[in-house]
Amino acid sequence: MMLSALFFYLFAVMCVGAAFMVVAAKNPVHAVLFLILAFFNAAGLFVLLGAEFLAMILVVVYVGAVLVLFLFVVMMLDVDFAELRAGFLKYLSVGATVGLLLLVELVFVVGAWITAPVLVSDLPTPPAAEVSNTQALGEILYTRYVYLFEAAGLILLVAMIGAIVLTLHHKSDVRRQSIAAQVGRTREMAVEVVEVETGKGLK
Amino acid sequence: MYQAIVFLPLAGAIFAGFFGRVVGARACEVVTTTLLFVAAFLAWVAFYQVAIDGQDVRIELLDWIHSGELKTFWSLRIDTLTAVMLVVVTTVSSVVHLYSVGYMDEDPHKERFFAYLSLFTFAMLTLVTADDLVQLFFGWEGVGLASYLLIGFWYQKPAANAAAIKAFVVNRVGDFGFALGIFAIFVVFGAVQYDTIFAAAPDQVGQTMAFLGYQVPVLELICFLLFMGAMGKSAQFLLHTWLPDAMEGPTPVSALIHAATMVTAGVYMVARLSPLFELAPYALAFVAIIGGTSAFFAATAAVVQTDIKRVIAYSTCSQLGYMFAAEGVGAFGAGMFHLFTHACFKALLFLCAGAVIHTLADNQDMRRMGGLRKVIPFTWVMMLIGSLALTGFPLTSGFFSKDFIIETTYGDHTAVGLYAYLTTLIAAFLTALYTWRMMFMTFEGNFKGGRKVLEHAHEPPWTMGVPLVILAAGALFAGIGFQHLFIGADQTGFWRESLVTHEATHHDLPLWLTLSPTIAMTAGFLIAWYFYMWQPLYPFGLLKRFPATNKFFLHAWYFDALYDFLFVRPAKRLGYVLWKIGDGKIIDGLGPDGISARVIDVTNRVVRLQTGYIYHYAFIMLIGVALFITYFIFAGGGIAP
Amino acid sequence: MIIGLSHYLTVAAILFTIGIFGIFLNRKNVIVILMSIELMLLAVNINLVAFSSFHNDLVGQVFTLIVLTVAAAEAAIGLAIIVVYFRNRGTIDVAEIDLLKG
Repeated sequence: MMLSALFFYLFAVMCVGAAFMVVAAKNPVHAVLFLILAFFNAAGLFVLLGAEFLAMILVVVYVGAVLVLFLFVVMMLDVDFAELRAGFLKYLSVGATVGLLLLVELVFVVGAWITAPVLVSDLPTPPAAEVSNTQALGEILYTRYVYLFEAAGLILLVAMIGAIVLTLHHKSDVRRQSIAAQVGRTREMAVEVVEVETGKGLK
Repeated sequence: MYQAIVFLPLAGAIFAGFFGRVVGARACEVVTTTLLFVAAFLAWVAFYQVAIDGQDVRIELLDWIHSGELKTFWSLRIDTLTAVMLVVVTTVSSVVHLYSVGYMDEDPHKERFFAYLSLFTFAMLTLVTADDLVQLFFGWEGVGLASYLLIGFWYQKPAANAAAIKAFVVNRVGDFGFALGIFAIFVVFGAVQYDTIFAAAPDQVGQTMAFLGYQVPVLELICFLLFMGAMGKSAQFLLHTWLPDAMEGPTPVSALIHAATMVTAGVYMVARLSPLFELAPYALAFVAIIGGTSAFFAATAAVVQTDIKRVIAYSTCSQLGYMFAAEGVGAFGAGMFHLFTHACFKALLFLCAGAVIHTLADNQDMRRMGGLRKVIPFTWVMMLIGSLALTGFPLTSGFFSKDFIIETTYGDHTAVGLYAYLTTLIAAFLTALYTWRMMFMTFEGNFKGGRKVLEHAHEPPWTMGVPLVILAAGALFAGIGFQHLFIGADQTGFWRESLVTHEATHHDLPLWLTLSPTIAMTAGFLIAWYFYMWQPLYPFGLLKRFPATNKFFLHAWYFDALYDFLFVRPAKRLGYVLWKIGDGKIIDGLGPDGISARVIDVTNRVVRLQTGYIYHYAFIMLIGVALFITYFIFAGGGIAP
Repeated sequence: MIIGLSHYLTVAAILFTIGIFGIFLNRKNVIVILMSIELMLLAVNINLVAFSSFHNDLVGQVFTLIVLTVAAAEAAIGLAIIVVYFRNRGTIDVAEIDLLKG
């Protein structure tokens, strides 16, 4: 017990700290890196909850693909270092008030909530060790929630097409090959017979 | 046949009105005039059949209103009174149509003119052939409309437009009383048909009804209200202001509408409702008083006018006063007889004046005329005939009708009758005065208008001359010819039940009475001769010494100015206030303009919230979310499941 | 000490709030806004998984998987938009993106 509590606090504190640094970092590259750190710690929290498949997915997909993409874009866009603005302080007071209010309410809800009797135990118990988390997920994902799954796939397809459509940019002065056009060339297109008079040359 | 009399003019009006531009002016003139002459011929046939032979006719055309107790019909009622009016209206109208062919020759809008003339004739015929009060009112309003259209015929002239509106509005005041009278009749009698009313009238003598908080005798009230309509339509004292201004219209219009037909609608109406009026002695007395006063008042104004048409216009007002004075003392037949003869000679005078004006290139000011007797002798003769008839020269038609009225008013032997006698007698003197003044100023002496105008003066063409001859024949012989029927020995057999007749009581009148109108006429002639032929500079001296008096009569006792001050200006002011402030500031301000201004104001302020910065938007969203959560925590469904 | 459900939920709440702060407190960089959104989604995911674990119901994790997918798609598109915007405008300074100004 002690160990899991210790790990929980470790992961939690580091996650919150990293998140805070994401917002507060001046260098956007640092901000992305801190976000990566936050996600790693969140994956750790997931493992503690017994959802190891999701934890790995988080690391592989989210951190490995999405946040790396963030990094690429940040570096590509040549963004300046952020300075602390004068207006920061003006909005800080109101913003902080509202945010803290929100936080307090969220916690208040959590604290006042009475545990439903349905809850089996207070502990994050993994189910009886017949199946692993991955297998359990697979068993319900492809059967009961197959439509959701397909929909998610479609969303990804659309996102991919959208991203390509948005950013594809043919440079006008770059020459490309069109193999089909090259192969479909006929004699009339390729060769032109010209009568040349002696001593005159071609115009 | 009787339907033809009424509807042929309507056909002419529709033809000229809707197809005028297609077929051209000449076709319009020919068609409308021919139709009118046919109608006039048929009217004389009808006169012979109905009035002389004694066959009254009733024709029902269509049902009109059937609503509860109210039942009205479109119908033709031809009895003697109607036949007389039919003859007058169609004859004068056809003659005026013919005259207009010549007079309006250079006008570019002839089709419209003839359409309006025929439309007016149709409305007037509907009025006189009505069998109930609602159709009468229809015709009443119709002639008012046609009068408005014709007075304002030259609508590019602002004076003409103003005169047309004035005529319509003043008529409207009278019509208001008239409508109230019809409503009162319906309330009391439950019907609006003449026969029903006349049959039930004797029972209503002495009954009273509540009106404006008082109990008033029913029949008196009804007759008084109906007479208000007549006052407006016939331009009697107090509602007379529109008639002189109506001279803005073309002269044929003045001859037809404001001499012979429309203004006589009031006289006809009182005669038609004579069974009612006979039972309302106070109303009848009021009629006589107004009639006498108008006769006198208008004659005083006519004496000092300088516009030849205005002289004749005031003369019309005065002569209408004669007719009402006669009816007011119970001599309805005499009133109708004077209507009959007056139509002839007054239309003749107007048309002659029109010929004079036409020949002098539209100059209407008598101070610029003179010495035209040698230049246009035919016109002079015609006008002379008309003047003789108007003044009541022995053996002309006017002599028979006008003098009879003067005698009858005295013969009534009442105070009202005496008042009517005095006013009409003095008016006779003044009539002679202004008539001969007009004749002398126009035709005698030296021409004061300039050489060029005189050189172009010519006699009127045959289209204008033939009508003058026809009317002159009427002015001369209508008196002798019809006197015995209208007012003489055969009158009961003639009128029968169309109006109330009393046996002629003219056998025992003193000689001085019968001579008094002639004496008045001669006196007027002599004074006019003195002022304008013998000592032509004398009037100018009088003018210099009594300028205020001259102005007073010239402006017809300043009634126009009085009405302007009392009614027109306050109405205009009220209209202005309601328009600018009521409509403009309040309604528009609270409504569309105000709302649009507020919308623009508010949006200008709201727009500042749209800064375009995403983080502002996100911030607002966050505040909103926080508020929502707070609300649901404390006021929402509670926390426990 | 027993780590209960409320602990995980508290962590998630804090992460969520930090994400929100990130959106409107940042004055320089549109990328940071996107990253804040990712943080908020992470907080939601933690919530879902925590509940799924304590209820012994795998639906929560399935939902998390879907959320993850959508988050990835949205991040991709968002970045593509930013790239194109940068190409057109030359800057991704938040203070200069005010074309929506009314």
